[in-house]
Amino acid sequence: MESVGNIVMYFIIAIAIIVFSVLTVTSRKILRSATYLLFVLFATAGIYFQIGYEFLGAVQIAVYAGGIMVLFVFSILLTSRPGNSAERLTAHKKWLGLTAAIAGVGVCGYSLLSYGELMARNMSVNLNVDIQRIGEALLSTDKWGYLLPFEAISILLLACIIGGVVIARKR
Amino acid sequence: MEITMMMYLIPSLIMFGCGVYGFITRKNMIAILISLELMLNSVDINFTVFNRFLFPGQMEGMFFTLFAIGIAAAETALAIAIVINVFRAVNKVDIRELTKMKF
Amino acid sequence: MEFSYTVAVLIIPIVMFLFLGIVGVKLSKKTAGVLGTCAMGVTTLIAYAAALTYFFGTEQGQIVDGVRQQLEVMNITWLEFTENLVIKLGILLDPISAMMLIVITTVSLMVHIYSLGYMDGEKGFQRYYAFLSLFTFSMLGLVVATNIFQMYIFWELVGVSSYLLIGFYYTLPAAVSASKKAFIVTRFADLGFLLGILILSFYTDTFDFVTLTSNPGAAIASAGGATFMGCSVMAWALTLIFMGGAGKSAMFPLHIWLPDAMEGPTPVSALIHAATMVVAGVYLVARLFPVYCLEEGTMTIITVIGCVTALYAAAVACVQSDIKRVLAFSTISQIAFMITSLGVARPELHEGVGYMASMFHLFTHAMFKALLFLCAGAIIHAVHSNEMSKMGGLRKYMPICNIAFLIGCLAISGIWPFAGFFSKDEILVAAYANSPVWGIWLSVVAGMTAFYMFRLYYKIFWWNNPDYGHHTPHEAPMTMTFPLIFLSLVSIVAGFIPFGDLVTWNREGLTTHINWGVAGTSTVIAVGAIILATLLYRKENAVPEKMADSCRGLWTAAYKRFYMDELYQFITHKIIFACISRPIAWFDRRIIDGTFDMLANVTNSASYAVRKLQGGSIQGYVWVYLAGAALLAAIAIICII
Repeated sequence: MESVGNIVMYFIIAIAIIVFSVLTVTSRKILRSATYLLFVLFATAGIYFQIGYEFLGAVQIAVYAGGIMVLFVFSILLTSRPGNSAERLTAHKKWLGLTAAIAGVGVCGYSLLSYGELMARNMSVNLNVDIQRIGEALLSTDKWGYLLPFEAISILLLACIIGGVVIARKR
Repeated sequence: MEITMMMYLIPSLIMFGCGVYGFITRKNMIAILISLELMLNSVDINFTVFNRFLFPGQMEGMFFTLFAIGIAAAETALAIAIVINVFRAVNKVDIRELTKMKF
Repeated sequence: MEFSYTVAVLIIPIVMFLFLGIVGVKLSKKTAGVLGTCAMGVTTLIAYAAALTYFFGTEQGQIVDGVRQQLEVMNITWLEFTENLVIKLGILLDPISAMMLIVITTVSLMVHIYSLGYMDGEKGFQRYYAFLSLFTFSMLGLVVATNIFQMYIFWELVGVSSYLLIGFYYTLPAAVSASKKAFIVTRFADLGFLLGILILSFYTDTFDFVTLTSNPGAAIASAGGATFMGCSVMAWALTLIFMGGAGKSAMFPLHIWLPDAMEGPTPVSALIHAATMVVAGVYLVARLFPVYCLEEGTMTIITVIGCVTALYAAAVACVQSDIKRVLAFSTISQIAFMITSLGVARPELHEGVGYMASMFHLFTHAMFKALLFLCAGAIIHAVHSNEMSKMGGLRKYMPICNIAFLIGCLAISGIWPFAGFFSKDEILVAAYANSPVWGIWLSVVAGMTAFYMFRLYYKIFWWNNPDYGHHTPHEAPMTMTFPLIFLSLVSIVAGFIPFGDLVTWNREGLTTHINWGVAGTSTVIAVGAIILATLLYRKENAVPEKMADSCRGLWTAAYKRFYMDELYQFITHKIIFACISRPIAWFDRRIIDGTFDMLANVTNSASYAVRKLQGGSIQGYVWVYLAGAALLAAIAIICII
């Protein structure tokens, strides 16, 4: 039996995710979209906190909410005048998007429901993901170690920095 | 009342659906990127939730999400660099009008 | 072989054609013309050397036991079908090919020189000379052919050259349609030629002239008495081959292209349509004469066609008003004389004098008809018209041309001592020897020849004195008068060449003597005709018009060439086109093309339908991808259940 606070928290997060996701893709003002996305990302971080992955939640807030969102906002401010809103969608386009989204959601939802017993599983209580374990796993070369992906993503990020500079630099 | 796995997966699924809808319907390139982030994010949630509920003793799902966030950051930075560059070249971010290099 | 240098007469013109054809436009007109003429001059010298050595030399084995040998100077294997059936390219020197070398190179050289003046200032001067070289090459290749297939190849090449030169003024619709007509009619005849070659070679297993003619009995016997529609296949083969010859030589009823071919430049008419190409049919029959004379039926066909053509063309020539048309019909008539002469020739009659007469007439006719055409060219050059009505009294303005034309007319009419007298006399002797019917027939035609030639002469040089205004005709330049003088001299003296010693059917010597009975009769007829023409046309008067009026129907029919062109038009358009070609064209266009059009249209519209999928829109691609994934997942789920 969960604590009432947890349940309330869960519903707030779930409703926030659903509502803001919908608003993100339907808002006609791009800056608002970005803001709604920020809320969605925060709510996602909330999920991570709630299921006990504090480090992941922190990363989510730091990287997504702190880094990526700033990039988004900057680029939006650079590329569109404030107050401009996107034109209305044509019915045709809306229909296309809706069919694709609903088809995807329907198929996935059906398969979720078909795993009824598995889906109804509760969280186990014992969870041991403290920072020390994460740090050791990241830099370990053992069976459950992640040194190689860690180095690979480092190089990827370096390449990305150089690429970004080269692409965006003034000629 | 228990919070089951299903209850976390449903919002994630809806988020993904919204991402698909946005990706297909939006015209602004940045809005498309935002939709992309939505989809990525929902997948991240799935990884974590499956990790937490099915294999609580391990951390594979969590690490996958960690790396996915890193790669998403890199991807977004690069994509925005391209968008800004395109904007500088043609003064537009509407993908319907970016047809100069088509065909 | 000692004669191997003869190959140069083929190489020089073809090299000249390629050179002038490729870099001609870079040269000035004068350079191109002089270059072409010089090359032709060298060719002429070589051809003369070869021919004269062949005829009068003794040291290279040309004559063995009084028989002139057929020398294969060169013979390269080109295609090998079976052991016997081999197509070769080579050079055959024998009396008729040596004679033709002289005829072709002489007339061609004269035309080259003449054209320097006549074509001066024309657009496409270099092209003209290139085509002349091509024609000369083709014609020489035709006459020296060692086998019938090589002859066929060059036969088509002369057809092409003729087509190109008739259509030289390709901006004039008349010239273009005339060139097409000439090509199509001769091509149609060549279909028969090719069929004949195939039948002949199928049974005899050889293309080679020497093999065929050295033992003609075996060639005929090789068919083994096979028949087709009641006639022996050999008769069919030879008749079909003659059909090719009749097409090239403009024999009735395949003559219709020659009068129209006069749309080409006049020197071309002189070279191709009077002296050389049109006698290719005569040459062909002469080449295969030993085989032909064993097929009595084919010889009769040849004789009848020759006689009919001679009379028909002479009748038409009497009333034409365009001077080149008169000459064209006169050419047809004279070639018909040669054909008839071959048709009536038999080895047993006067030692086969008809064959020698035909070749003799070919030689003399080439000279005087080229002369007449070149004169006509000079006149047209001076008056700027082909019509007789625009001429008259030209003797005062063009004295050299007048005398040259008179010599030509006397030669063609057969007046002693001009060339035509001797050759025509031999033809008449041969015809009377075969049957008096042919003899009398040809005598009448010879009289008509004299009449229409002098009608032409008087109409041009006497008749009246029209007012030429400020545009007084004048004598042609030296480049044009020189060939006239040269050919006039040849026309005067050519009759005294001892042709009987040189060119006979069995290549042995033949003693000719003038048969004064026949010669006297024909001279009397010719002189009578000339006197008649003189009375009618020397001074302008109304008698010719009254005569025409008195038999207006006949006159109109003759003027319209007895409606032969209309008949062809009717047969081709009303019968062949309407009843056969149009339904076939409909079937081809609707059914055959339609099937493929439909396939193409289906593909086309299918492509249009799916074109949107490749719009380059990422969003569209994503939609399709997601929809597909969802569909697959749905299918998987349904199948699992």
